[in-house]
Amino acid sequence: MSVFSDWDILRNLLLAARWTVVLSLIAFAGGATVGLLLTMMQVSGRTLLVRFTRLYIELFQGTPLLMQLFLVFFGLSLMGLEVSAWFAAALALTLFSSAYLTEIWRGCIESIPRGQWEASRCLGLSYFEIMRHIILPQALKVAIAPTVGFSVQIVKGTALASIIGFVELTKAGTMLNNATFEPFKVFGMVALLYFLLCYPLSVASRKLERKLNVAR
Amino acid sequence: MSLVSINNVHKYYGSNHVLKGINLEIGAGEVVSIIGRSGSGKSTLLRCINGLEAYSEGGVVVDQMEVVYDDRQIRKLSKSVGMVFQSFNLFPHLTVGQNIMLAPKLVRKLPESEAKVIAQEVLAKVGLAEKIDSYPAELSGGQQQRVAIARSLAMNPKVLLCDEITSALDPELVGEVLKVLEDLAAEGMTLILVTHEMNFARDVGDRVIFMHQGLVWEEGDSKTVLANPQTPELSKFINAVL
Ligand SMILES: Nc1ncnc2c1ncn2[C@@H]1O[C@H](COP(=O)(O)OP(=O)(O)O)[C@@H](O)[C@H]1O
Ligand SMILES: [Mg+2]
Repeated sequence: MSVFSDWDILRNLLLAARWTVVLSLIAFAGGATVGLLLTMMQVSGRTLLVRFTRLYIELFQGTPLLMQLFLVFFGLSLMGLEVSAWFAAALALTLFSSAYLTEIWRGCIESIPRGQWEASRCLGLSYFEIMRHIILPQALKVAIAPTVGFSVQIVKGTALASIIGFVELTKAGTMLNNATFEPFKVFGMVALLYFLLCYPLSVASRKLERKLNVAR
Repeated sequence: MSLVSINNVHKYYGSNHVLKGINLEIGAGEVVSIIGRSGSGKSTLLRCINGLEAYSEGGVVVDQMEVVYDDRQIRKLSKSVGMVFQSFNLFPHLTVGQNIMLAPKLVRKLPESEAKVIAQEVLAKVGLAEKIDSYPAELSGGQQQRVAIARSLAMNPKVLLCDEITSALDPELVGEVLKVLEDLAAEGMTLILVTHEMNFARDVGDRVIFMHQGLVWEEGDSKTVLANPQTPELSKFINAVL
């Protein structure tokens, strides 16, 4: 067995942290795209679309992310679709984050007073014009802080991908621990790296919240 | 021919019978004040005139257009009917100018330059020409309400509906908004106002409609109706507000 210096451990963890970042970005981008679609469905007022979205959200908010990951990874292969850990993790995290982002964004859109809708309708604006010019610009401002805040959950959520064998920060930590038998040092570094990824996001979220609150 | 024609309009909210057969004919250039206790159906009636609320029975015709609760029809109606609310409802993320120009550009399809000219005109009319680049939050309540009126005027409506537009204002700001309405009335604009300003209703208004329990309880020439109420309900109401 080779001997790992502290630097070796950190270097390997940093290399693996790249995949945590990449997975987080994919999950966020995917979640935001699907979430946007679902949000539009949910505020459309069409009963069927609203019910479907509601069910979707309840499903993903009401079950552990780990189970969703297992279902995607093992479920798809049971159905004959051989998927990589990569794909399964990205898909499960996308579904998970889209449900939460939809819930956040719906709240933001609904926080815009009814009078804004009524005034716009009286001026003859169509549903899409009202959304585009009146509601979304205001809702966006409200949404930024909680959205950035939620991205912290995504970063931490990627750790679960280690369980299906995807080598990101946590998995790399486990492997290095098996090789070095220095759990405190290794996982201390892992935790520190997560903190360095998440802390700026939390700070940004709080700063944005304060700033955007003052602006209005 | 009347500009606004309301025929036997009923409105239910669930089992709550809010409008119980309203009949009204309002001619071009008339200034009509709707008065009555809270909950008597004044706002609901107003909202049925421009399709913001669907009525359950009867018919409303404005400027020869049937009022139906349908997006395309409401868009068409918006060129004939304007509405101003108690709570202003200006768009806080847009400047005064942008607030006013938005609908002319999107709905009337005017180019930016023409919309701008209109914005300057209507703002001058409400005495706020210099506020075109301000944001609503930078204005007083009275100024915001005047901008809201200007925003409606930019669509060049034939009738303006006003739902208690001075009720949210500090007393010292009420006058400037009523002054704008008075100017509009003098220019011949048709106004239908839900109001508690009895002096305004009497001095500027042509006609008063007293609503009670979802019905037009009493109506007629404003000075006559307010001076000689025919029903105990109206007497009681007038005594209560004066
Ligand atoms: N959106 C609504 N849903 C249910 N009931 C309503 C709604 N709007 C008004 N109402 C009811 O209709 C009645 C008349 O209300 P409204 O027209 O607002 O009266 P007013 O403007 O004269 O105070 C009230 O009993 C009120 O509770
Ligand atoms: Mg009312």
